[in-house]
Amino acid sequence: MASLKKSIRSAGNGVFIGLCFIATVLALAVLTVILWTLVVKGAGGVNLHVFTMSTPASGSEGGLLNAIVGSIIMCSIGMVIAVLFGVLAGTWLAEYGRNHWYAETVRFVNDILLSAPSVLVGLVVFEFLVVPFHGASALAGSVALALVAVPIITRTTEDVLKLQPSALRESGVALGTPLWTTIRQVLWKSAGAGILTGGLLAFARISGETAPLIFTAGGNQFFSLKLDHEMASLPTVIFNFALSAYDDLVRLAWTASLIVAVAVLAANILARTITRERRP
Amino acid sequence: MLKTIMAVAACATLALGAGSAAQATDISGAGATFPAPVYAKWAETYKAQTGTAVNYQAIGSGGGIKQIKAKTVEFGATDKPLKADELAASGLFQFPTVMGGVVPVINVPGVGPGQVRLTGALLGAIYLGEIKKWNDPHITAINKGVNLPGLPITVVHRSDGSGTSFVYTNYLALKNATWKAKVGASDSVEWPAGIGGKGNDGVAAVVKQTIGSIGYVEYAYAKQNHMTYTKLQAAAGGFVDPTAANFAAAASHGQWSAAQGFYLLLLDQPGANSWPITAATFILVYKQQPNAAVGSTILKFFDWAYKQGDPQAAQLDYVPLPANVKALVRKAWLDVKGPDGKPIYVSH
Amino acid sequence: MSAVDAAFVRRSPPKGAGFDPIFKWTCAFAATVLLASLTGIVIALAIGGAPAFAKFGFGFFTNSHWNPVTEVYGAEGPIVGTLISAILALIFSLPIAFGVAVFLVEFCPGPLRRPIGVAVELLAGIPSIVYGMWGLFVFAPLFAQYVQLPLMTAAPPGSIWDTLTQGTPNGANIFTASIILAIMILPYMAAVLRDLFLTVPVHLRESGYGMGSTTFEVITSITLPYVRRSAIGAVMLGLGRALGETMAVTFVIGNSHLLPKSLFDSGSTIASTIANEFNESTTDMHTASLIALGLVLFLITFVVLAIARALLGADKTA
Repeated sequence: MASLKKSIRSAGNGVFIGLCFIATVLALAVLTVILWTLVVKGAGGVNLHVFTMSTPASGSEGGLLNAIVGSIIMCSIGMVIAVLFGVLAGTWLAEYGRNHWYAETVRFVNDILLSAPSVLVGLVVFEFLVVPFHGASALAGSVALALVAVPIITRTTEDVLKLQPSALRESGVALGTPLWTTIRQVLWKSAGAGILTGGLLAFARISGETAPLIFTAGGNQFFSLKLDHEMASLPTVIFNFALSAYDDLVRLAWTASLIVAVAVLAANILARTITRERRP
Repeated sequence: MLKTIMAVAACATLALGAGSAAQATDISGAGATFPAPVYAKWAETYKAQTGTAVNYQAIGSGGGIKQIKAKTVEFGATDKPLKADELAASGLFQFPTVMGGVVPVINVPGVGPGQVRLTGALLGAIYLGEIKKWNDPHITAINKGVNLPGLPITVVHRSDGSGTSFVYTNYLALKNATWKAKVGASDSVEWPAGIGGKGNDGVAAVVKQTIGSIGYVEYAYAKQNHMTYTKLQAAAGGFVDPTAANFAAAASHGQWSAAQGFYLLLLDQPGANSWPITAATFILVYKQQPNAAVGSTILKFFDWAYKQGDPQAAQLDYVPLPANVKALVRKAWLDVKGPDGKPIYVSH
Repeated sequence: MSAVDAAFVRRSPPKGAGFDPIFKWTCAFAATVLLASLTGIVIALAIGGAPAFAKFGFGFFTNSHWNPVTEVYGAEGPIVGTLISAILALIFSLPIAFGVAVFLVEFCPGPLRRPIGVAVELLAGIPSIVYGMWGLFVFAPLFAQYVQLPLMTAAPPGSIWDTLTQGTPNGANIFTASIILAIMILPYMAAVLRDLFLTVPVHLRESGYGMGSTTFEVITSITLPYVRRSAIGAVMLGLGRALGETMAVTFVIGNSHLLPKSLFDSGSTIASTIANEFNESTTDMHTASLIALGLVLFLITFVVLAIARALLGADKTA
């Protein structure tokens, strides 16, 4: 009887392990198929022109330089804003606000912002930053991206700080260190890897966002570094060219997709290398 | 690490902000997706020749109208022309640039491009869901000799608001009284039947994937994707193919000089070869330009396009405007005034 | 400078303590900015959508006709489409995400753990619009040919399966959209679940194994109860993303405003409707109705989170 029960248990466990394995294989298979599609359709278009020329009109020679540079600029500014506000807000929630009703409210608000459809973020930034200044701009696009990224960073920062042992805080207090020094020198440092991971998740998310940029940063056929003017980005180029009638532009859209995917992969691997080195 | 990233990014931001002030004034416009490829082509060549960048963003005709009214762009573009009273109310000036056609495309096994003939009234009935099968007597009656199967018809329409839908539903309303009464004409309507595809490409993809389907796309999409188009009955009674020559034929009959604010849909024009769903696309600028330099640059660019852009337009499957229409537009440009009350641009 | 020196000499309070309140208020300010952003969004949506609510009243929610020509807008179709597609996506995605997380934490050979983890997270890096293109041009045709058509022909006429599988066999439907959504939210849920499982103290799990428990039993009776609260948070994260996802859905859902009649019927979601029509809406009532839809989406998200929090309130010991 006992052995029957045991064999049922181990058989059940075997099925469970098998299902977990299948789930993982399935997830990896989907990734492989999508990346394979990107490589098949996009790799043929990768050449030097992609990195040295701006987006062409159909039938002309061209590349993605303006979009690549635009994406880097707007994502960087967006991330600077998002990290600044996100880390501070997350710190307040974890270290000061805690269970205060105001902290609970902010936490709830942050959860909703996390789920806020990015197309609405674009819409609202359009109303507040584009209409009053008479024109789409890279800066407005950056703000929209920052709004998408802030809740992710706030949440990660809070979660990671809460995981830090309270002994760290107590040791700071025992040494007579001001709390803000303890937070900066001890807590942020020990939570740094976790915050960085959150930052990279946020970066991955905004680097592929299309909807917030269409109304706010617009697109630009030409190379531009003006923050108060329209600026191209990889997702908007994909959006415009993927639905084009002309084969050469569609190919460029697939190439742009491949570049975004590769960039995100590289960012992920980079983050992990840093995380590994920093961990004791 | 975080600090380093932030410091680097902050420095880059400052450097870019400082560096950007030196460049020349550029022009930005936004609107219809239909003419975007040819505007991009013109802008590319124009920049190479003159150094002036005209940046056009394809966000849709409605978006173009909305943005020029909000003054977030220097010119708007639309496939759906504004009527004279609406232009007057918002102080806008409108002129056509290039033309194209809307083409019905089908996916019926064994049927090649140009084999099936349809009329506007039939198209309306199909889109109303009244005619449900390809071998319906109404269709076979004008398609003797074409082997049409008993497949159900799947209607495909645009899911997004679109100038293409505006032109197409106007044509259906013109030719089918039931359509006019029940559905009407707009850039997005409540479709009585069928499924939606996003953009011309979405419609093209759905039609390609669905056996027995019918959709409508801009000519460039039908041609570039080698889709099975249908013939349509022209106003004169004969059945015509969608070709650049037949769009031009339709355009040549347009009564532009009588059209206030150039409001003109080239639907069902007279002439044996006129493709019945032909349309121009339009530019919107303010009649009273706050900045003479900006306003004259816009008109200069389009004047350059009128003079030198026709071969590029034709290469991308657009139809250039007839010379007499261009002359009319150039004359009308004198109404666009600068802050000093004088015309900002005189073509010569 | 001298003031600081004086403070140092007196040795009380500790150096830099004066910045404590400044730092605290800076942090609190950052938190308030979050609150202000959301308030700004809600106010903008409420003001923008007010004309539509005023004109259609409650009918806005119960009318399934969305007609820009007659200017009558009813949002039942998009609202139902949003709920169905998001919930289906969650149903597809959760078991897979759970399986991946368990595999990574419990069984995965050490050297493979990192690469597989990165690979699954990479799914999150693929832009929404690429999913849309891939869904429309690669996945939907295959799905229509190898899943939808066989199911439609195999369903006995008149049975519930027949009703559920009605539609045009072209792959552009609510079911396809849900699968694409499921793929998109999978990496988020898998990554968070994995990280949660890793927070379970090793001694708890080891003691389970020490008592002779199988992996299945350790997961269900030790790991899951330990992370239950946060695990629901992970699921909510996924649901929220699925509710508001825009670009990918727009490509594959078929974009019909009518109430979907089957799983394989074309439909629309709130986000896809806004993305499709906002740029093109020229009448004020059309714009207002779209903004009102946006507010409805916010309210749905709000309700989902509020319910989750109410459920969680009971075991709030963590």
